[in-house]
Amino acid sequence: MLIRRGSDQIPSSEITPEAEYLNRRQFIRRLGAGAAAGIPAVSALASTAGAQSAGAAEDELTSFGAITSYNNFYEFGLDKEDPARYAQDFVTRPWTVRVDGHVKRPATYDLADLIGPFPPEERIYRLRCVEAWSMVIPWHGFPLAQLINRLEPTPSARYVAFETLYDPSQMPGQRDNVLEWPYREGLRMDEAMHPLTILAVGLYDQPLPGQNGAPFRLVVPWKYGFKSIKSIVRISFVEQEPPTTWNMMAPNEYGFYANVNPEVDHPRWSQARERRVGEFRRRPTLMFNGYGDQVASMYSGMDLRRNF
Amino acid sequence: MSETTSLAERVDRGGLGTAVRVRRPPIAAAAALLALVPLANIGWDAVTGGLGAEPVEALMRRTGWWALTLLVITLAVTPVRRFSGWNSLIQARRPLGVIAFAYASLHFTIYITIDQWFAVQYIVEDILERPFITAGFAALVLLTPLAATSTRNSIRRIGGKRWRRLHRLIYPAALLAVLHYFWLVKADTRPPLLYAGIVIVLLLLRVRFAGARQGGKRGAR
Repeated sequence: MLIRRGSDQIPSSEITPEAEYLNRRQFIRRLGAGAAAGIPAVSALASTAGAQSAGAAEDELTSFGAITSYNNFYEFGLDKEDPARYAQDFVTRPWTVRVDGHVKRPATYDLADLIGPFPPEERIYRLRCVEAWSMVIPWHGFPLAQLINRLEPTPSARYVAFETLYDPSQMPGQRDNVLEWPYREGLRMDEAMHPLTILAVGLYDQPLPGQNGAPFRLVVPWKYGFKSIKSIVRISFVEQEPPTTWNMMAPNEYGFYANVNPEVDHPRWSQARERRVGEFRRRPTLMFNGYGDQVASMYSGMDLRRNF
Repeated sequence: MSETTSLAERVDRGGLGTAVRVRRPPIAAAAALLALVPLANIGWDAVTGGLGAEPVEALMRRTGWWALTLLVITLAVTPVRRFSGWNSLIQARRPLGVIAFAYASLHFTIYITIDQWFAVQYIVEDILERPFITAGFAALVLLTPLAATSTRNSIRRIGGKRWRRLHRLIYPAALLAVLHYFWLVKADTRPPLLYAGIVIVLLLLRVRFAGARQGGKRGAR
């Protein structure tokens, strides 16, 4: 029921107005977590919403307007409003993705060929930024595991590394060396294969807007937002932990794992609470952003204070 | 200096101007009005939804930016006056300083209220343990006695010399405010470094002026 086929070419007549969309969500939610059993994303949200303290407000979808106007995407500028402004004419067709490293099917793929076999489904996830704000976003995407399985990494592939497009002619933020371009991120293989980890191609029933990482991006909901790399042009299967942009920039502030953790503060600010965009009062931040039931076991035995 | 000039007037001229009393053009009022334009702008945006998706953050950023900017402009008054010879510009200094303090207070008030929602435990922790907040808070604390003694009566009561000495607290306050800015930035340190550069130049000019003053006094004797 909640898994829907779709493509990134949706006729505008088929786009549900946001208000109706929200109502439908609430209707589905009222059916209860039982109806969502078996769909990890939705049950993840439903179960943690119930587990939150009574004082915490429910997880309501963040508005389309906020999701698409308040973005950290330094390739398009440093202010939150810059990406929406400068990604207006971002050209994402044609789009090729280079796949390399320890993998049986390395090649430069056209995006449509690469992800064509994987119909997007809806995933509603919380997104927690390392800056202590958060959103709830209805993504359209498919598990990264499906793509990885298709590409057939070899046993030496212990990590997956990703790169964002480097194109200063389209991405004005890249004309300054504020970060070391291209933007890089990576996951341990078990994290990449986790069913909650998706590649998103849309949100709110629309193709991904440029400011949100068109044409496709990673979404890892239990990690700080900067791990969810946007506008991917390269996927590498590597043996060693790959360098990642924010970690390179400030290793004492941004770790490779970057799991949402209210008990481990950023050196300069608290991570204990967050403000949901659209709300005023801060709410407590949940361990692993509320996805601990599904992901905590991957980190058992690790010192999360050291491996932040 | 003439006995008939009040302490306040001497202070207003930094104690350095000639003792000729000029009719005041409305420089103070003009400076105050200009300095309040951003506040009106912020207020307008707040009412019309122009603060974006995260209005609290926008309010914090904009009030903080203007507090620092006006502090820097306040510090620039004396050097500009000295270099341009436009002596009556000094009248803009106190209103600018007071309004800089007003922006800083508003910044802090927004932090306490709609940002932190009076979560005393977190506020205390922030001020004590987060260096960038400690620096910002310290800057505000240093500016408070300056704002409190910004009336003519205060100058008269305290005495021009002591008043001027007290108001040198704006120097460490400005440095702390820049540090506050620098430490909160995630990646692009260029804007806070630019502010740091401006503040340092403005402070070094004080050293030069003080040297000139010393030399001048010695020469007069």
